[in-house]
Amino acid sequence: MTRPHQQEGPDRFYVITSGRSGGAEDSLDAVTLVVAESAPVPGMQSEHARILRLCRAPMAVVEVSAHLRLPVAITRILLTDLIDAGRVTARHPRPAPSPAQPPASPDVLEKVLVALHNL
Amino acid sequence: MHSTTSEPPASPPPLPDTAERALKIAVVGGFGAGKTTLVRSVSEIRPLNTEETMTRAGAGVDDLAGVEAKRSTTVAFDFGRITLDATSVLYVFGAPGQERFWFLWDRLFSGALGAVVLVDTRRLDDSWYAIDRLEAQGTPFVVAHNDFGEGEHTLEQIRAALDLDPHVPLVRCDARVRDSAKRVLIALVRHVSALVTGGVR
Repeated sequence: MTRPHQQEGPDRFYVITSGRSGGAEDSLDAVTLVVAESAPVPGMQSEHARILRLCRAPMAVVEVSAHLRLPVAITRILLTDLIDAGRVTARHPRPAPSPAQPPASPDVLEKVLVALHNL
Repeated sequence: MHSTTSEPPASPPPLPDTAERALKIAVVGGFGAGKTTLVRSVSEIRPLNTEETMTRAGAGVDDLAGVEAKRSTTVAFDFGRITLDATSVLYVFGAPGQERFWFLWDRLFSGALGAVVLVDTRRLDDSWYAIDRLEAQGTPFVVAHNDFGEGEHTLEQIRAALDLDPHVPLVRCDARVRDSAKRVLIALVRHVSALVTGGVR
């Protein structure tokens, strides 16, 4: 397994997040789909601008993270900034699933089975 | 700091604009068990790689130890995706199953449809821990023996060696082959369906 960020020191993450390590929205799951609501504007932090370009079509948080080559936790912080500014929306079709309430309704499972059979 | 590098030329196909929900399946296994291979076999995109970073606080560390005691740990994982239809997409994660990584997976796996434990008969220890942890979490799972086409051990031998509950499906696969890899995921989804309709969890 490759380590995409091994060249990047913690200093870079500190700069990107302005030193924050918390404050990211807990409702942003690794696979929450996020989508840009506006185009980048001049003067915007480069990572924010890249996210807006990446998310012209819906994209999961982990996928944004992989393309930015930034850890998921850092990506969450950046996405939360954009959500707070109204530039990105997160799609939550129903309450976030939890271990107590799994996302597996029979119709969803049937849909997954059909798609897998068609692979 | 300038970040003007262009996007990779071969960008994966975007999801449809109507996509609104994503599901996830986790594939866990030790080093060399074939997680990445299985993800690659079923994914519609070349597998992507990223990292999760977390502090140890809250994972059994005494609060009184204070912030100085927080240590951040990073672990890499791969994932691929399968678009299900106009509104839904399935992400398949490959994650190392060794004990020291599990506190990271609790969050990543939360809400997952289920998990596949890829067994490497040379490293059964990794599988034991993963199986215990998934049972404790209540995450439905199946066990798959990735034998690369050679059947040295029977499934009965593996089930006995893992002391696997008779209700947990155990299948053989060749993770390099799409059809074989997809049958593992199908076995998992069928197992989850049986649990849901049977009301057994």
